[in-house]
Amino acid sequence: MLGSGIIKGFYITAKNFVGSFFTTERLTTIQYPEVRAKLPHASRSFPFLVYDGDSPIDGLRCVACRICEKECPPQCIYIVAERDEKGKIMKKPRIFDIDYSVCMGCQICVEACPFDSIKMDNVYEIAVRDRYEGLLMHRDQLAKPNSYFHHINATDATEVDNRLAEEKRKAEEKARAAAAAKAAAAAKAAADAAVAQAAKPATPPVPETK
Amino acid sequence: METLEQIRDRIAAQFGAGAVTLVTNPGPAAQHSLLLASHAARDIARFLRDDPGLRLDFCSNATGVDWPDKEIVETTKTTQPDPAGGPAKVVETKTKRLQPGCLEAVYHLYSMALKSPAPVIIRLRTVNRTDDVTLPSLTPVWRSCEFQEREIYDLYGIVFTGHPDLRRILMWDEFKDHPMRKDYVSPDDYEWEPTPHDDVLERAKAHYPAPSASTTQTPEVTK
Amino acid sequence: MSATLPDINIALPNGATARRVEDEFHGDLLEISLGPHHPSTHGVFRMNATLDGEIITTLKPVFGYLHRNHEKLGETNSYLANIPYTDRLDYLASLTNNWAYVHAVEKLAGFVPTERCEYLRVILGELSRIINHVCLVGFLLNDLGTSFTPLLYSLRERERMLDLLEELTGARMMYNFMRFGGLRTDVSADWLARLKTYLEGLFARYLDEQDALLTGNEILLARTQGTGVLKPGLAINAGITGPGLRASGVDYDIRKVDKYSIYERFDFRVPLGEHGDTYDRYMMRMLEMRESVKIILQAMRDLPEGPVNDPKAKSRGLRPKAGEAYGRIECPKGELGFYLISDGTPNPYRYRVRPPSFINLTVLEDMCVGQTLADAVITLGSIDIVLGEVDR
Repeated sequence: MLGSGIIKGFYITAKNFVGSFFTTERLTTIQYPEVRAKLPHASRSFPFLVYDGDSPIDGLRCVACRICEKECPPQCIYIVAERDEKGKIMKKPRIFDIDYSVCMGCQICVEACPFDSIKMDNVYEIAVRDRYEGLLMHRDQLAKPNSYFHHINATDATEVDNRLAEEKRKAEEKARAAAAAKAAAAAKAAADAAVAQAAKPATPPVPETK
Repeated sequence: METLEQIRDRIAAQFGAGAVTLVTNPGPAAQHSLLLASHAARDIARFLRDDPGLRLDFCSNATGVDWPDKEIVETTKTTQPDPAGGPAKVVETKTKRLQPGCLEAVYHLYSMALKSPAPVIIRLRTVNRTDDVTLPSLTPVWRSCEFQEREIYDLYGIVFTGHPDLRRILMWDEFKDHPMRKDYVSPDDYEWEPTPHDDVLERAKAHYPAPSASTTQTPEVTK
Repeated sequence: MSATLPDINIALPNGATARRVEDEFHGDLLEISLGPHHPSTHGVFRMNATLDGEIITTLKPVFGYLHRNHEKLGETNSYLANIPYTDRLDYLASLTNNWAYVHAVEKLAGFVPTERCEYLRVILGELSRIINHVCLVGFLLNDLGTSFTPLLYSLRERERMLDLLEELTGARMMYNFMRFGGLRTDVSADWLARLKTYLEGLFARYLDEQDALLTGNEILLARTQGTGVLKPGLAINAGITGPGLRASGVDYDIRKVDKYSIYERFDFRVPLGEHGDTYDRYMMRMLEMRESVKIILQAMRDLPEGPVNDPKAKSRGLRPKAGEAYGRIECPKGELGFYLISDGTPNPYRYRVRPPSFINLTVLEDMCVGQTLADAVITLGSIDIVLGEVDR
């Protein structure tokens, strides 16, 4: 019958309209900003820097290795390492800038970082009045505590914490073993020297430098 | 499906041995291709499309590649007998040879009728990159080349003879250069933006008067 | 007024009046420029049409407004850094773009993805086909003037699928999820179970409802049947691929022809049209969505355990051996191919995208000439273009 398709269509729209009062399955929108959809843990927007402890400068995990700067596809990261009084490069950034207006949130910096220091934030309301400087994020704006990372993505943050703790424990064990071995070797060398050349003073073993 | 060697031999038998050369591909994909002489290219293309054994009726992809002039240093070793009667000396002579560049158009052909899973690739090369950059258009054979050849003309500057409507397609009509060429120098007069990269900043600055005090702060200065 | 032009209104037999068409103007051609900022052009796309009355006599597509020389960017980036850029080509189905690119790089470098990865790629690829077709059906109906109801239902379902993908990949559209020889992360069983529940529940209901709402609707039939006809011979010669080609009755689906990835293990049918008109192209999408659901459910059933990444393949600092490769897959809009030439450096020497939307536009004029302007709008809508891919 001509028109039956149209009548069927009206039935569907009526079902959706009435249904939207009773079930969220039929509902299309929510009332932002009063109501906000819950973001999933993996949700990402822009990168930030994680710091441990209380100091956003001393606690930064970043060692200014510049791998992320090199890997970043749109080249929005800019890093200059800190130097001490003698001009020697230190393992932390003096400048760490991310241009949020250029960043495309691809997460490649996070994958590239070997120190788990750069992670993805999930803020999305970052509108500013100044188009240029306002979205150029500096080190102090980017640094956020580890507790914040736990807050936005507890699964990943716990996993990273456990991994870092494990690495630290292993490094400590290794250092302890190395120190013990060095002490033993030193004692042995001292004993040997004492036996062989009682007249000459034993030279202390040179500590290993890395 | 015939192998590429068989196709080459059949083309050579019909159009002369100079009309076709096999270009091997050393990579793991091993997609070899046929380099066609441009004077016979359109006839060969028609042959490839209409031959009942090939029926390459679908030209999937047409694109350009730029091969700039390349300086190749060749080292030859010659043995020269010592006139004083001593042992012969080995003399290395280095010769520099300029391999002339060209622009290349690459076409990936498939057969929809025979449902061939592997492409037959044909390539056409221009004489040089500057003044003799014409190639015969394959649009009369495969309509799918129409926009793609316009794109090659736009981005690489290959002039296709016999193309029905050869105009720029992606760049605007007044644009001068061909941006996909390897020696294309991109403009640096972008709007002044304090990107974190100083070299970009410096180049962009040259195009604009000194910005006002509120925006002169370079990213070098941390707060 | 009536004194100077006494006979401008003609009385009709039913009592109404009609405006007389002045004879000296009849036959004059009117050139109009539709776009680039026009809601029916799906982005910044322009159609320079010449009209005789309401009938189109010529139509020239003009584009490039979104051109950013994607291919040049690709030649300056490393192989890994190109993956997020491919997301921006066809932004309605980013996962298939990722897939086509990694497929070409895998051919270039000789990597083989793991079993589990292949299954997951099929699941994600088909999901993105569904998302694309859901959008297409909604926007096509919007072009027809069915202001908003079908589009809103479509976007509601798309939103649910995007929520699932956001949970998995972290982003709603720019996923950046595939890697050479694998995926960025593994997919949890819980996520797959939820996807399955969704596809069998709400999404199946959506498909049935959309069918009931639209497929038999007399107005839709009157508007779409017989408009924008594309003959199979021209379609093949002009390199049309995807649902637009199959609507003309040409049985060519790269999933079946190339048998890339693991598609030969699944039981699915390729829907074919008969007339090549806008209605057939619409129906192709509705039917393909059902087939995609079938493929996803089969892939979930057979999904093997195991590693998701090929341990031999590396993504960062990849330097393939010199050579070239052309890899193509069936993306929702047609054949998406990547042609790569490597010269052994970390950047591709040549990086070419074979964009299906761009090549499918070749015959837009042939399909629109002789039709009314309103039909040109829905013909363009049924070709399914995304300007991010056309302009690159």
